[in-house]
Amino acid sequence: MSIAWMVVVLVGVLTILFKASGPVFIGRKRLPPRLLALVEVLAPAMLAALVVTQAVGGDRRLVYDERLLGLAAAVVALRLRAPLLAVMVVAAATAAVARLLR
Amino acid sequence: MKPVRFRDGVRAALPLALAPILFGASFGLLAGDAGMGRVGAIVMSATTFAGSAQFAAASILDSGGGAAAAVVAAALLNARYVPISVSVASIFPGSWWRRLLESQLIVDESWALAGRAGRFDHPVLVGAGLLFYVLWVSGTALGTVAGDLLDPNAIGLDAAFPALFLALLVPYLRSRRAVAAALAATVITFVLIPFTPAGVPVVAASVACLLGIRR
Repeated sequence: MSIAWMVVVLVGVLTILFKASGPVFIGRKRLPPRLLALVEVLAPAMLAALVVTQAVGGDRRLVYDERLLGLAAAVVALRLRAPLLAVMVVAAATAAVARLLR
Repeated sequence: MKPVRFRDGVRAALPLALAPILFGASFGLLAGDAGMGRVGAIVMSATTFAGSAQFAAASILDSGGGAAAAVVAAALLNARYVPISVSVASIFPGSWWRRLLESQLIVDESWALAGRAGRFDHPVLVGAGLLFYVLWVSGTALGTVAGDLLDPNAIGLDAAFPALFLALLVPYLRSRRAVAAALAATVITFVLIPFTPAGVPVVAASVACLLGIRR
């Protein structure tokens, strides 16, 4: 097996296990209250972490580029109670235009 | 209340449809350069189905980084799927093999869209995930033959994702605990990005939540 195929298979198997961990290994088992409390705050924490990595994440460094302008525009759109799609379009358009002007 | 259906998930995901096609095509092109070949690229998209990890693995191989480095980087990036998957553990019905299959449709976007009502909806996750899956795999296939279709960043797609996750975060910020968790996660991710391999900051943010609720 070539090196590239080894990577494809190993990463595939690991990711399948990661994604299955909740539904297959925990399933509908009743969780202890403490763990339940964790699951409740997990969503906002993961979403916040994703916002940061997607907005300023780089290769082991923080990168401040047009994505931040897009995010700022998204904040304004959210304040104006724009629907989800509009928020994303505003962010993308802002970043795209800022890149054109650079 | 109207029951939530599978097609509600497809509909919720439709506005994002361009992203998996364009990013999929970029991956297909990169994977070809990295020696995976057409079949390898498509198999990886069909089994791993996680953009950032696939890009990381392919670019490490492409730059001659070796198998171990590629696997470790991709595994770190995808480790966040353990807490993400745990957070939706109870919404999957049916036998274990059905849950195994459907759980593969968990990606950041399908998971985030499924939680938009303040609770996780299984039909939305599966509907959105399935649409992304089909587009991601076909986008990859397209990229292996046609190359890059259009630079996704030129139309600002990379800025649409933080906006998406932010928009989906806002409805959660009603309880003090949720606000505290989001703030802590923001700070931890921000601080760790320069010092740890990609993927670690997000996982660390979820582990910090675990420690936070032990008090």
